[in-house]
Amino acid sequence: MNYIMAFLFSGLICLIAQLIYDHSHFTPGHITSMFVVLGSFLDLFHIYDHLIEIFHAGALIPITSFGHSLMHGAMAATKEYGIFGIAMGMFDLTAAGITAAILFGFLVAILFKPRS
Amino acid sequence: MDRKEYDQLADELKPAGHKIKNAFYAFLYGGVIGIIAQGVLEFFMNFYDISQEEATPMMIITLVLASCLLTGLGIYDKLAQRAGAGTFIPITGFANSMTSSALDCKSEGLVMGIGSNMFKLGGTVITYGIVSSALLGVIRYVITLFG
Repeated sequence: MNYIMAFLFSGLICLIAQLIYDHSHFTPGHITSMFVVLGSFLDLFHIYDHLIEIFHAGALIPITSFGHSLMHGAMAATKEYGIFGIAMGMFDLTAAGITAAILFGFLVAILFKPRS
Repeated sequence: MDRKEYDQLADELKPAGHKIKNAFYAFLYGGVIGIIAQGVLEFFMNFYDISQEEATPMMIITLVLASCLLTGLGIYDKLAQRAGAGTFIPITGFANSMTSSALDCKSEGLVMGIGSNMFKLGGTVITYGIVSSALLGVIRYVITLFG
């Protein structure tokens, strides 16, 4: 059941993005930026937390979850450090993904040959 | 013929069936990445006996590693041609954009090539993610102060 939910939600977000891509002049960069902003907006009233509870990895894997995690880490830190927590906790939850992308991206760039 | 007329003409000549096919493939590939993510997530949850929240970073690291390797081997870009948004919307697309920008600029050197070009395509996600989260975060912080 979890797998079906993950498939449907992840697929649906990609479908919406593809429809925007095909019916506008936006580049993938524009669309991913829009979806990140949307993700952090949906965290404003804890909507995205409910989506994760229902769809599990389906809600965690699209780029919208990146915006949600940034916002979530920032808000968690404000409980302890007040307004400074927004900057102090911003990367608390996304650190793993960004570190992995930089590290593995660098290693792959060193080890592999460009193909285009 | 200026740019506008050209775009209009190109739009008219574009077969309508393509858009439906593109949407279908985006849904399919995006969904399959969701299933893979769910599988990896449940594997780590069972393996270390931890909650979903704790297993999430492990799942993301694993998928980012897979995406970087597939980009290096040239497979991810082949998938992306067919899947479109199905491959650039998941977090794997972020890893792919960083790896491919770094690879493409490898010839310019370690610092000016790989180092400074890595975020050329993917950086926008981080910039707008932080700006929007900070602004909305301040709004929510103020609401909680008075609420």
